[in-house]
Amino acid sequence: MTMVTSSGHRGLVMDEPLLFEQSAEGRTGVDLEAPEGRPLKLGGLEREAPIGLPGLSEPQVVRHYTRLSQKNYAIDAGFYPLGSCTMKHNPRLNEKVVRMPGFAMAHPMQPQQTVQGCLELISTLAHWLTTMTGMPGVAMSPAAGAHGELAGLMTIRAALTDRGDARKRVLVPESAHGTNPATAALCDYKVESIPANERGRIDIEALKEALDEDVAALMLTNPNTCGLFEDEVVEVARLVHDAGAFFYADGANFNAIVGRVRPGDLGVDAMHINLHKTFSTPHGGGGPGSGPVVLSEPLLPFAPLPYVVVDGEGWRLVEHDDTGKSFGRLRSFHGQMGMFVRALAYMMSHGSDGLRQVAEDAVLNANYIMARLKGAYNAPFPGPCMHECLFDDHSLKDTGVSTLDLAKAMIDEGFHPMTMYFPLVVHGAMLIEPTETESRQSLDLFCDSMLHLMERAKAGDAEWFHNAPYLAPWSRLDETAAARRPVLTWKPAAETNRAV
Amino acid sequence: MRYLPQTDADRAEMLALIGAASIDDLYVDVPRSAWLDGPVDLPPHQGELQVERAMAAMAGKNLHGGNAPFFVGCGAYRHHVPASVDALIQRGEFLTSYTPYQPEVSQGTLQMLFEFQTMVAMLTGMDVANASMYDGASGTAEAVLMANRSTRRHRAVLSGGLHPHYREAVETYARYGDFEIASQTLVPDGVEDLASLIDDSTSCVVVQTPDIMGRLHDLRGLAEACHAAGALLVVVVTEIVSLGLVRSPGDMGADIVVCEGQSIGNPMGFGGPYLGLFATRDKYVRQMPGRLVGETADSDGKRGYVLTLSTREQHIRREKATSNICTNSGLCALAFTIHLALLGEAGMMRLARLNHEAAQRTAERLATIDGVTVLNESYFNEFTVRLSRPAADVIDALVERGVLGGVPISRFEPDNGELADLMVVAATEMTTVEEIDALGNALAEVLS
Amino acid sequence: MSDRLYSKDHEWIEMDGDIATVGISEHAQEQLGDVVFVELPDIGRSLSQNEEAGVVESVKAASELYAPLAGEIVEVNETLVDDPAQVNADPYGNGWFMRVRIDDTGQLDGLMDEEAYQEFLAELE
Repeated sequence: MTMVTSSGHRGLVMDEPLLFEQSAEGRTGVDLEAPEGRPLKLGGLEREAPIGLPGLSEPQVVRHYTRLSQKNYAIDAGFYPLGSCTMKHNPRLNEKVVRMPGFAMAHPMQPQQTVQGCLELISTLAHWLTTMTGMPGVAMSPAAGAHGELAGLMTIRAALTDRGDARKRVLVPESAHGTNPATAALCDYKVESIPANERGRIDIEALKEALDEDVAALMLTNPNTCGLFEDEVVEVARLVHDAGAFFYADGANFNAIVGRVRPGDLGVDAMHINLHKTFSTPHGGGGPGSGPVVLSEPLLPFAPLPYVVVDGEGWRLVEHDDTGKSFGRLRSFHGQMGMFVRALAYMMSHGSDGLRQVAEDAVLNANYIMARLKGAYNAPFPGPCMHECLFDDHSLKDTGVSTLDLAKAMIDEGFHPMTMYFPLVVHGAMLIEPTETESRQSLDLFCDSMLHLMERAKAGDAEWFHNAPYLAPWSRLDETAAARRPVLTWKPAAETNRAV
Repeated sequence: MRYLPQTDADRAEMLALIGAASIDDLYVDVPRSAWLDGPVDLPPHQGELQVERAMAAMAGKNLHGGNAPFFVGCGAYRHHVPASVDALIQRGEFLTSYTPYQPEVSQGTLQMLFEFQTMVAMLTGMDVANASMYDGASGTAEAVLMANRSTRRHRAVLSGGLHPHYREAVETYARYGDFEIASQTLVPDGVEDLASLIDDSTSCVVVQTPDIMGRLHDLRGLAEACHAAGALLVVVVTEIVSLGLVRSPGDMGADIVVCEGQSIGNPMGFGGPYLGLFATRDKYVRQMPGRLVGETADSDGKRGYVLTLSTREQHIRREKATSNICTNSGLCALAFTIHLALLGEAGMMRLARLNHEAAQRTAERLATIDGVTVLNESYFNEFTVRLSRPAADVIDALVERGVLGGVPISRFEPDNGELADLMVVAATEMTTVEEIDALGNALAEVLS
Repeated sequence: MSDRLYSKDHEWIEMDGDIATVGISEHAQEQLGDVVFVELPDIGRSLSQNEEAGVVESVKAASELYAPLAGEIVEVNETLVDDPAQVNADPYGNGWFMRVRIDDTGQLDGLMDEEAYQEFLAELE
């Protein structure tokens, strides 16, 4: 039982109620001029009911959010070994440049001649992305990776429809990220799962059996979600193309190969790139992301709107499709400009030599972890791995400790847990991606802790694991209660929020 | 290189421990033919100074809301954001944290999102809101998908007053998701009759207020018509500040409300990242896409928050998910929440009133100019004028005089000749008397 | 030994005349974890065999409920709306989901008895 104080604060970690519980009527944290009090021209639609917003002063708001921030883990503070997330350092230079007024205060619907600098930036980033991937073009507008997957599949569907060959099925490996089948379903495709072979790669024989004239695309992550490079990828691409289908690559794991391999050289037709993964734009507690999609020659005509072209007079944004081939628009305005600025600053900082080193260090770091842990943890697939390494829960068998329990114990050791229970192809998966950001010392400390935890699990200390974490600002939270009786908004005292 | 901690000595020792002779050994699974022998043909690494200079050169080529009289709106607005907002969102614990899947170490993000959800529900007059979508347009598409799921019908009616980008996004989702859209054309003079378009195959009617021309609409009659036919009313609001002064969509009978939240806390930023707000009634909560934060307690009984109802989402339901969404617009939602916390009830209402008055001053000035007719009888902070020359040409001429006038509707609808002389003008609490004079003078000159 | 029969989807059936009571097995509730929500079919609805009838949600998973036999839904267990935990606590008793009037008892032949189901489970390990 943790020590109880009278204030509810615990040393530097403050107990902070909701905004609404600190409110005073009429109080505000901004000083706005007094309105003139003119008669309204709202057509009689003036608000009659109050909104219900709280009233706080500036210092109260600053203190409130400062205290909240102190309860978050963050890359700035420590290592996130999250497989498939690429939690790398977020440089502050990127934050500085994105705030330049020429970018921040530009409006997307200004006349194009007044925003040539913005269009130049988008075009420059597009050039970096196409060069790094060896692809002829890129659709910049998708708002996130999953949105990029949607754009990719819609482009493919548009291309197939244009050649009078509408197909109904999309093939997705069992190990795929959940967004892949969800995206295919949004495009009205029937999703078929292809198993992995015993080497952790896509089963070529199963793929051959499934490929026919009714398959529109294969969606493959490479390196795959087991952290392994699909070594038969060139053959996979050939089989897919021979069947008249398209090869969609999920670019979430691009960090392993950036600067070392170009997806265009592997036969990829479309690949989304998560700028918030490989290219360091900050995760911000869950977003925003950005998911530009590089496209092969056959797919380019069908790319979504809008896109930037260079012509004699400068840069031009194409917002309407005279060819009739583009599949249309997926969002308002032009794309995640704020993430473009950050990503380009990052790419320019590293340069082509630095980006290649990024991939090599990422792969080195992951293999280092694998080498140090594989005695105590069971690696289902022999190495080498790429930028992430996969373990299953075999070594926890008969200990009474699950992957989840181990993850919660890692929190006490000062580490955010690794990715758990994904990919689904192994039992109790633990997927660890260090990225190139972690130093040798950081990796050693992490490995030492992981080895210690496994020893403790094997020594029979299951009960201790079941109640972890002990040192985090909160102990284990009851997710069952939250889902059984959802309380999704604060309500005033009459309908009190339950604490339990 | 400043972002890479490993030294050559580290690399050598680590390779030795792994048992690899060189880094190439670790890439052995990549087909040799695909190996790049050296860095690709792009510039090598640069220091902060060089990168800043290159960025400043591009930024310096733009006119924008800080160096020219500015009246551009249509779904993104120039507003003032208090200094505390940016200072707080740049705290590393917010900026560089991950999605709050491990709630014990993410209560900062989770509590903030619970506050965000609550305030979005308050503003829109609805029961519950999610933890944000990418933007208003994709949110609108998701709202139609949700209406289809909830009603088990497949035909949506879209008002002609809906932002054309939003309409196009919904049409794209419809074409590929295999459901029908009946999009109406914008009617600049006159009133749309959407109720007559509802039948028993209609899943929802989507209507925007203030609409693309800035006109406000009383939706109570339409809501009744929808409900009588078993359809849902989806209301879109592209200027969230309007809800500080105008009757909320929830108060007019909306079933789903989608807003663009950019105006609060977030810069115009040339179009993104923005912030989709999504709210609905309790009875539809399990059909709602996107992340949701719910209240609970930890094992010591302490109140806390977690992501909940996740089994609707892609990482669990895969092809049966409510959507394919993974990220929300976390940092933008944080900025929104902090700005709104600073404004509070009193500040939000006053801010809205200042916006409306700025638009009134602007409209009054423009109405005095020969060749300009203000079309709106009602508006919040944005209205449409009919000009005596094509609006796109007028806008270009205004640029030559250093003024960023409004948006020509022809930019959205180049093929509809009837809209060619219409310009949408936005004004906010940032619009000064000097700017209004500059616009008025320039416009008078251009149209004379 | 119970008269329960089981389907490959880990659902159980108990017959009473021509009414089949349907629920999910002990194995299924264990795999799912704490059940948080159950979506039940509408009364009066006719289902064909193996048609999707509803959904069972836990914190970490969501599973379809299928109609193990064709027939008409005559009753559903409304108490699960407020207390879905019964599915975990008493899967064969208070955790029942729906009652179906079946037209063709021949369909029962395709289901497993207790012994066969236990063997089926052993093979899954």
